[in-house]
Amino acid sequence: MSTSRRKFLGWMAAGASAALPTDLTAQHNHFTGYPDSYGVLHDTTLCIGCRSCEAACNEVNSLPEPDVPFDDDTVLAHKRRPDAGTFTVVNKYDIEAYSQTPVFRKTQCNHCLEPACASACFVGAFTKTAEGAVIYDSSLCVGCRYCIIACPFNIPAYEYDEPIEPRVMKCHMCHFRIVEGKLPGCVEACPMEALTFGKRDDLIAIARERIRKYPSRYIDHVYGEYEMGGTNWLYITGAPFEEVDMRTDLGVDPAPKMTSGALGMVPMVIGVWPVLLGGAFLMHRHLDRLAEQEKNEAVAEAVGRAQAEAEEKAKRASERAQQEKEQAVEKALKKAREEASKGGQVED
Amino acid sequence: MTAATTESPSHRPWLTPFNMAAGLIVVLGLVITARRFTLGLGTVTNLDDTNPWGLWVGFDLFCGVALAAGGYVTAAAVELFGMKRFHSALRPAILTGFLGYSLVCFALLYDVGRPWRLPYPFFVSQGVTSVMFEVGACVLLYLTVLFLEFSPTALEWLGLKRLRQVVVRLTLTLTVLGVVLSTLHQSSLGAMMLIAPSKLHPLWYSPFMPIFFFISSIAAGLSMVVFESTLSHRYYAHTMDEEHLRSRDQVTLGFGKASAMVLAGYFAIKLFGVALGNNWSLLATGWGLWFLVEMLGFVALPCFLFSVGVRDGNVTLIRGTALLTVIGIVVNRLNVSLLAFNWYLPLHERYIPNWQEIGVTVFVVTCGVLAFRFIVTRMPIFYEHPDYRVVH
Repeated sequence: MSTSRRKFLGWMAAGASAALPTDLTAQHNHFTGYPDSYGVLHDTTLCIGCRSCEAACNEVNSLPEPDVPFDDDTVLAHKRRPDAGTFTVVNKYDIEAYSQTPVFRKTQCNHCLEPACASACFVGAFTKTAEGAVIYDSSLCVGCRYCIIACPFNIPAYEYDEPIEPRVMKCHMCHFRIVEGKLPGCVEACPMEALTFGKRDDLIAIARERIRKYPSRYIDHVYGEYEMGGTNWLYITGAPFEEVDMRTDLGVDPAPKMTSGALGMVPMVIGVWPVLLGGAFLMHRHLDRLAEQEKNEAVAEAVGRAQAEAEEKAKRASERAQQEKEQAVEKALKKAREEASKGGQVED
Repeated sequence: MTAATTESPSHRPWLTPFNMAAGLIVVLGLVITARRFTLGLGTVTNLDDTNPWGLWVGFDLFCGVALAAGGYVTAAAVELFGMKRFHSALRPAILTGFLGYSLVCFALLYDVGRPWRLPYPFFVSQGVTSVMFEVGACVLLYLTVLFLEFSPTALEWLGLKRLRQVVVRLTLTLTVLGVVLSTLHQSSLGAMMLIAPSKLHPLWYSPFMPIFFFISSIAAGLSMVVFESTLSHRYYAHTMDEEHLRSRDQVTLGFGKASAMVLAGYFAIKLFGVALGNNWSLLATGWGLWFLVEMLGFVALPCFLFSVGVRDGNVTLIRGTALLTVIGIVVNRLNVSLLAFNWYLPLHERYIPNWQEIGVTVFVVTCGVLAFRFIVTRMPIFYEHPDYRVVH
């Protein structure tokens, strides 16, 4: 669909499909992640909802004290999402049809291979690191919150109550710990090994192996392997993903692909519009000038004709006058002559 | 901008109901402004982590930019497409556009978290993969273009003849630049939501959103010119010269005809959008009904009424239809940016604006009206300055 869209947009601008460079439609192979980048595999069948990960996250990231202590599991009664003071939350799902015990699922940034937030940020405040984490630089952030609009997983949160220096807040996979050779806070704290840290490729292999070994225990799908172009955080679960609030309609196209076609049109518009508009201007100026010229010619012709007519008239009038004058002179001469001959007769 | 209320000509009473209402709104606006910048967005808005954009983006930015399209549409018609008979509509349209874009930028200062960093995308770190970058760059450049297009009016008022002459010579370049930049950001405003296919209702989400936005912005611009002229004629007829008054009905008829054609084309491509997304079945849902209200009530109906108005030479009908179209554009932009966004969430997780957000929006619009009044009662907008009369 995106190919035909790009083609269509190309036609819109270039006016002819022939003008569309083939390169534009040939970028099918997208980024498949930095080699050897890290990720985390979350196996919801092992999670017991103890919230140790939440507590560890809060501690290693020096986040504010929570309203409800981390050992109080009454918060699991209602659905929560990460917010400005919380990078990760565990939610509880009672799904009778699939298991007798509740299913717990941890939510945090999925660290997309091609992140929507990074693509949407107009100051480039997000960076996809070679280690796999998507990190945020608050020293660049303007606070437009387009990243929050863009994120398909509803992860980034915002410090709405901070009037001077509000930040976007989200999990950064404890990038500062990873580069020190340590585990992310949540992974280190998990008592059930529901979280496994490792190279993304290895994690996919582990996930597949578990599904192969225990086919009745798992849905045959590794969430995050392809969703939105792939993520560094991966999930396997026993309940259908929709039942644990994970959207399965996101598709496999990475977010930047959604806007690349439209952005690719910018140079086309800049190139084509001035030509068309300049052409329209020149065409109308030409028509105006033609009309002007025709008008002038018509006027000149009319004036010329009138002038010629007037001259002709004057000439004829003067000729007639001359004729009349001559006639009058002749008449007078004739009369004089007649009178002279009459007079002579009287004298004789 | 509040100067407009106090600087009105002294011979007219300034304690009018309009001025008192405007004064009240401005005071209220300043109070909310103080709260916004001391207590943060959380205190004055109902925004949250799921609904990060509210009225200030949905109305002030999305609607504001569309409704300020009259500038580029009229400038293109008059300066590029040889429609000199609409010349009298140009200055009011440029002024409305200039004020519109100024207010869009003004309102953004409220919405973004750290407004003093707004130059960052251009001078500190360029996020060129972002549609927002394109919108920002084009809006900034176009605001400059509109300022220059408007400046001859101000320079005539100030009596700076030589400088005016320099700017007037740039008219053609500025007009082409204005159309290029408007095409880019009107369409890329539609492209903003392209990145969130999973959040915007499929009847509104389409890969063709940039084209939908661009085409509908033309209808918005044309209708705003007619709408603005209706209002201006009611209140500022005394400042209009003979040519302006004489060509008024001609402008209304011409712009009405153009609107009818653009809306017909827009209706067609929106229909193609439904067809290409194969979303016919969604029309039978509640959201589909709302989509049909938008398409039939605010696109097809005004298209029909414009056509009837043009056929019968009924300028009153065209003026009313222009208002209907303006409302329709607002409905469409709010649908795309707010209503159909996060459509699948239950009502308690949806965004409903805080009264203070509405207050700021009303304040921003009032600032625009006051600035408009300040300018048209002083500068040659509805009449030609006797020193600069040109033959059309």
